[in-house]
Amino acid sequence: MMFDDFHFASILVSTIRNAPVLIFAAMAGLFAERSGVVDLALEGKMLASAFVSAAVAFTTQNPWLGILAGVGVSVAIALLQGFVSITQKGNQLVAGIAINIAMSGLTFVLAQFFFSQGGRTPDLGQARLFDIVLPGTAALESIPFVGWFYGKLIGGHSALVYLAFALIPVVHWVIYHSRFGLRLRAVGENPHAADAAGINVERTRFLAMLCAGVLCSFSGAYLSIVQSGFFLRDMSAGNGYLALTALVFGNWRPLYTAMGCLMFGFFAALQVQIEGIVFPVIGKVPGSLIQMIPYVVTVIVLAGLMAKSVAPKAIGVPFVKSR
Amino acid sequence: MTNSELPRWATAIALPLLNLLSALLVAALVIYLLGESPIESLGILVNSAVLNPEGLGYTLFYAATFIFTGLSVSIAMQAGLFNIGSEGQMYVGGLGLTLVLLLLDSSLPGWLLIPLAIVGSAIFGAAWAYLPGYLQAKRGSHIVVTTIMFNFIAASLMNFLIVTYLIPTGQQNPASRVFAEASWLPTLNKIFPILGETPLNISFILALIALAIYGIAVWRSAWGYQLRATGLNQHAAHYAGISISKTIIVAMLISGALAGLASVNSLMGSTHYLNLNFPAGAGFIGIAIALMGRQHPVGILLSSILFGALIQGGFDLSLEKPNIPTETFIFIQGLIILFCGAMENLYAPALARLLKRN
Repeated sequence: MMFDDFHFASILVSTIRNAPVLIFAAMAGLFAERSGVVDLALEGKMLASAFVSAAVAFTTQNPWLGILAGVGVSVAIALLQGFVSITQKGNQLVAGIAINIAMSGLTFVLAQFFFSQGGRTPDLGQARLFDIVLPGTAALESIPFVGWFYGKLIGGHSALVYLAFALIPVVHWVIYHSRFGLRLRAVGENPHAADAAGINVERTRFLAMLCAGVLCSFSGAYLSIVQSGFFLRDMSAGNGYLALTALVFGNWRPLYTAMGCLMFGFFAALQVQIEGIVFPVIGKVPGSLIQMIPYVVTVIVLAGLMAKSVAPKAIGVPFVKSR
Repeated sequence: MTNSELPRWATAIALPLLNLLSALLVAALVIYLLGESPIESLGILVNSAVLNPEGLGYTLFYAATFIFTGLSVSIAMQAGLFNIGSEGQMYVGGLGLTLVLLLLDSSLPGWLLIPLAIVGSAIFGAAWAYLPGYLQAKRGSHIVVTTIMFNFIAASLMNFLIVTYLIPTGQQNPASRVFAEASWLPTLNKIFPILGETPLNISFILALIALAIYGIAVWRSAWGYQLRATGLNQHAAHYAGISISKTIIVAMLISGALAGLASVNSLMGSTHYLNLNFPAGAGFIGIAIALMGRQHPVGILLSSILFGALIQGGFDLSLEKPNIPTETFIFIQGLIILFCGAMENLYAPALARLLKRN
């Protein structure tokens, strides 16, 4: 292949298609972590939701029922995580890792048990979530750029893609301008002060976990019933951790976090495109090295070399009411 | 918390056992729902992992790797650091060992080659842990996030190196060439023929020595005191004149070296070549082992053997019961970590009440 095969337009389109997985998960993590609970279990919730969504969508041949079931299981896991981290005051990091490992095993076992296809679900076929074709796409198709921009970049995605992008301003508003957001931030920064001000710390954190569970489930559902059309073992493939990284990158602020998600989505798209292409001067760039870029960038951000990322102050610390 | 009111035997033995039992109970429920008998499955598991000598050999073989990753996570925990990066450090440690062997295995005798390769694994593992340690100590970048990043970077880097440089020409399998026989670790079944055909090798003895050194270094040396003081209260340790950043960096270097040593058992003791993704989650199991073993040498040994038995027994069980694939044991591992690591005080209030009544 030559340099000419490098399509910037298709990289942009795949960036839009890659980003929702990360946006949903990162916004889920944002609620949990802004309330002071480290959400290392994003990966496990995504996997559980991806499996249940695919299994239910296939069985009922209805993607919406699949999404609904995914929400249910993801919320259940988030509440279990809340029970361990908030009620039991256990180690939140350990709880998160434990849930990820358990779900990686359990989803495979159940997929194998129900469908006997080596730990994947059957192809969803018609039960896959369809792409929305915007009105007038056909009329504009022949016009250069505009046709592509309207039909491929803005249009032609599934409802979950639009939901993901619509979510960004909504989360921003909830976090910074709603009463719940104010409480959430107070509880995550200084739970004792919040407690003294009459805010129920444990209940606020549980509500945050509830939001995290709902949002994270969309991320898993997107993987299985939009992107691939089936559930595959460990298909979250580190996206949960990448979403957490986007949070660090975005300093736990919704708009910047979403930009981080888009950046990671861009690198993922770039990696697919760049594989095997011979560039002038530098030659071939291996995909595994491109894959490394987001992680290296994050380490640089963490080291405070680009910007200093400041986590919510009470993150990871169980709240013990002072007497 | 109620935990401190309990006697030592209760927190050290009774609570972990109760938690372990709870995890196994949930696992038994899942096995029952999969349509198999939990008791029969347990019988097969125990028989093939512990009672059968060859199976026991395999159990201890897996345990040798887990002791090293468990020690790696534990020593960092002593300094208050949660090293999630043992997986990546073990992976890169395997690279160090492989480079030594690929360069020298045609010219050096085994007695010189094996120690050099072991040192190579430790140095590469330590080097991979250095930067997260440095960033935590000097820049305050949280070690949990940096080590997760370093796991991913290690995975991409190793993928690149193996596929680009280490595959012998004409081969398709993403792995290095086979090491010369001089570097193969002596197996223990030469001394104990009863063990049968198991890959159990002298690295298990190395692991036991590492456990002893760890115990002495942490509880019987001035350095261990500094390490634990840093882990318990950084501010107090700082005012006592302990250099926090130095302690953190050294702890991470040792942690990385131990994770690197975990690669010795699998690469020089069993496969005899470097392959893609060879750690296969052993670094994460190390987290479980450190938590369940309460960072104590005896606890680490026992929980390593338990996890070794789960893996060995799980293999055999999945052969006999197709409804219980080996992945079931990944789920059970997760449950054990959840119950023993995150909900360690679940039964503390009940146990305290029970003890008070008597």
